[in-house]
Amino acid sequence: MPRSISRRDILKSLAMGAAATSVLRVIPLRAAEYAHEMVAAEKAADPTGSYKPKYFPEAQYKTLRVLCETIIPADSESGGALEAGAPEFIDLLTSENANYQLRLGGGIMWLDATCTDRYGKTFVDCAPEQQKEILTLIAYSKNADKDPTLSQGVEFFSFLRNLTADGFFTSEIGIKYLGYEGNKYLKSFPGCPPVPGV
Amino acid sequence: MPQVARSPKVYDVCVIGSGAGGGTAAKVLTEGGLNVVLLEAGPPVNPETDYKEHLWPYDLPHRGVGIGGEFRHKLGDEFMAPNGAWEIDGEPYTAASGSSFRWFRSRIVGGRTNHWGRIALRFAPVDFRARSTDGVGDDWPITYDDLTPYYDKVESYIGVFGTKENIPSAPDGIFQPPPPMRCTESIVKKSCDKLNILCVPSRMAILTKAMNGRPACHYCAQCGRGCITASNFSSSQVMIPPAQATGRLTLITGAMAREIIVGKDGKAQAVSYIDKTTRSEQQVRARAFVVAASACESARLLLNSRSSMFPDGLGNSSGVIGRYLTDSVGSSGYGYFPQLEKMPPHNHDGVGGMHMYMPWWKFDRKNDFLRGYHIEFGGGREMPHVGEFDAVCERAEGYGLALKQQCRTKYGTFIGFAGRGEMIPNENSYCDIDPDVVDQWGIPVLRFHWQWGENELAMAKDMQETFRTIVETAGGTYYNRGRRGSMRNNGISEGGEIIHELGVVRMGNSPKTSALNKYCQARDVKNLFVADAASFVTNPDKNPTLTILALSWRTSDYLLDQAKKGNL
Repeated sequence: MPRSISRRDILKSLAMGAAATSVLRVIPLRAAEYAHEMVAAEKAADPTGSYKPKYFPEAQYKTLRVLCETIIPADSESGGALEAGAPEFIDLLTSENANYQLRLGGGIMWLDATCTDRYGKTFVDCAPEQQKEILTLIAYSKNADKDPTLSQGVEFFSFLRNLTADGFFTSEIGIKYLGYEGNKYLKSFPGCPPVPGV
Repeated sequence: MPQVARSPKVYDVCVIGSGAGGGTAAKVLTEGGLNVVLLEAGPPVNPETDYKEHLWPYDLPHRGVGIGGEFRHKLGDEFMAPNGAWEIDGEPYTAASGSSFRWFRSRIVGGRTNHWGRIALRFAPVDFRARSTDGVGDDWPITYDDLTPYYDKVESYIGVFGTKENIPSAPDGIFQPPPPMRCTESIVKKSCDKLNILCVPSRMAILTKAMNGRPACHYCAQCGRGCITASNFSSSQVMIPPAQATGRLTLITGAMAREIIVGKDGKAQAVSYIDKTTRSEQQVRARAFVVAASACESARLLLNSRSSMFPDGLGNSSGVIGRYLTDSVGSSGYGYFPQLEKMPPHNHDGVGGMHMYMPWWKFDRKNDFLRGYHIEFGGGREMPHVGEFDAVCERAEGYGLALKQQCRTKYGTFIGFAGRGEMIPNENSYCDIDPDVVDQWGIPVLRFHWQWGENELAMAKDMQETFRTIVETAGGTYYNRGRRGSMRNNGISEGGEIIHELGVVRMGNSPKTSALNKYCQARDVKNLFVADAASFVTNPDKNPTLTILALSWRTSDYLLDQAKKGNL
């Protein structure tokens, strides 16, 4: 693809392609690869790796990042949701989807309001044990059965958990963590490896 | 009167639609020496740029689910070949009050063969003799034996893997060797063996050995994205190129057929079509016409081709065009199999689809319903995709390392099951022309009327019970999965949802109950043929594509013969 095409042109064509209801107008492979390369190049050129969120205001985006990494943290085997680019993925989709804006944008505001009521501070400013307390409350649907004032928080957290899992497990590190070994060119298919009891 | 551009050239044959039926007709007719013009309503497909084989989710900013996540939990994603959609801008269809129907259309060279699951099952002898067998519905005007040589030709040309099994409900074909079972499949097979449910290698139009210059499958499981090596079958990569190689094919893309024009002699003489690029009306003339626009689109074209000679639509003196609409009965669910947690990471991809399936196994006994169904299944350690861990997250809840580990433990332990059964035509399921709506080209659109019968509902119930039994016998946990979360009527699919809609211009022996004779030739118009699944008299549980290919080949042979004899 000639380098004379601007990134803006590519992104515009990408947006037009996928926005159409017909799958016929899909993203051309090379345009997609090119856009991906450019995004990667931009990230590489910016040593801080800072990402400018498209939907979330800075403070909310910071909260989103904390929540994502809390949901899928780094461990000794792999990085977590941050390294996997989950917040960028979620921000991108949310910037294009009014329903996500309600559920996630509204959800983060619900969380901050609830933390302010309970602890006098927004979520990111809370002490770790306070953060843990509120997250534990909204991370299980049974808690909303007992305390209906938590139900919106539970719904929000459930949706964010799904999207964070999406962002992590479709990333390079997430796929490696799962142990998916396909997407290769094979001369023959070996079938099922022998495993006792299977 | 608007200006209509008429080409002076008269082709031997005009084929409308470039999918399974049209692509086959184009190949057989051009190779037989005829000059063919092929009209396709969509654009050309270009594997080099349109196929997204081998891309990873993280190669795309939206990870495959598109702007705003629009494809999350939907058929299709950014990786799929440009192969069709439920809704097309500017080309609506409607459903009558009280009916719901979904219509998947592929406006592209190759049509829905770019999309299909490559499941290539022959109809069985009994499938052609419905009324003779159980007294319901109608027999075909042809038998299995009439079609056998064409099944042979098609399989020998496109390449289908499978095994000889001698199952009366699932005749053997000419097969390449099948790929070995995946782990998921060996578990289900063991369970089926215990239950005396047949579970055999599937029959798929994917090469396991090189054939006609097409290399064997490289086992990336991505047939749905389009195959750069053309190791699976699509009309665009396997039927159209040889037709083009003859030098006798004129392919016109972006050509939306509006009407077939009839001459004073009562024969079809031209097709009026919209050139989508210029939004102008064009005409192309030919000595014979093969309509293969996809079953309902073919019915629409004929119903819209009204004239003083054919006031109810071309070839419709019987009044059957649009009637006898059926789709496969679908119901699905999935199982969690704890033994799969023990599987070490390994390449589980295989071909793009199932290596094993369950053909109809209860053909030798009395059941709660007539006819039968087969079961498709798949799952396991597939390429991770957006939405995959919703169910795990929603069950496990919580967060942190425990959740992360739980997702990994559960990855690859689910297997989905889908039944595909035969629907018996009923008088409440049909399509006609909506009197109030036209598409953006000014062409009146189809209106669908739909109702499942009791037989189909009983079949869906049996499917659900069978899936549960198979999963539980294997030590798994079964979860049903209804349409839009509802298990009403045992989660039976919506009309059209299985994308096997057909039967709306059917063939037969009686001029009163069929529009086509046994060669798929319009009884009212000698030089008009139908070469898609519109001609089918029944809709057996077998996916229709292989039979479309075989029947189109047979119809094309007949057309060639008639052309040689000067009968057209």
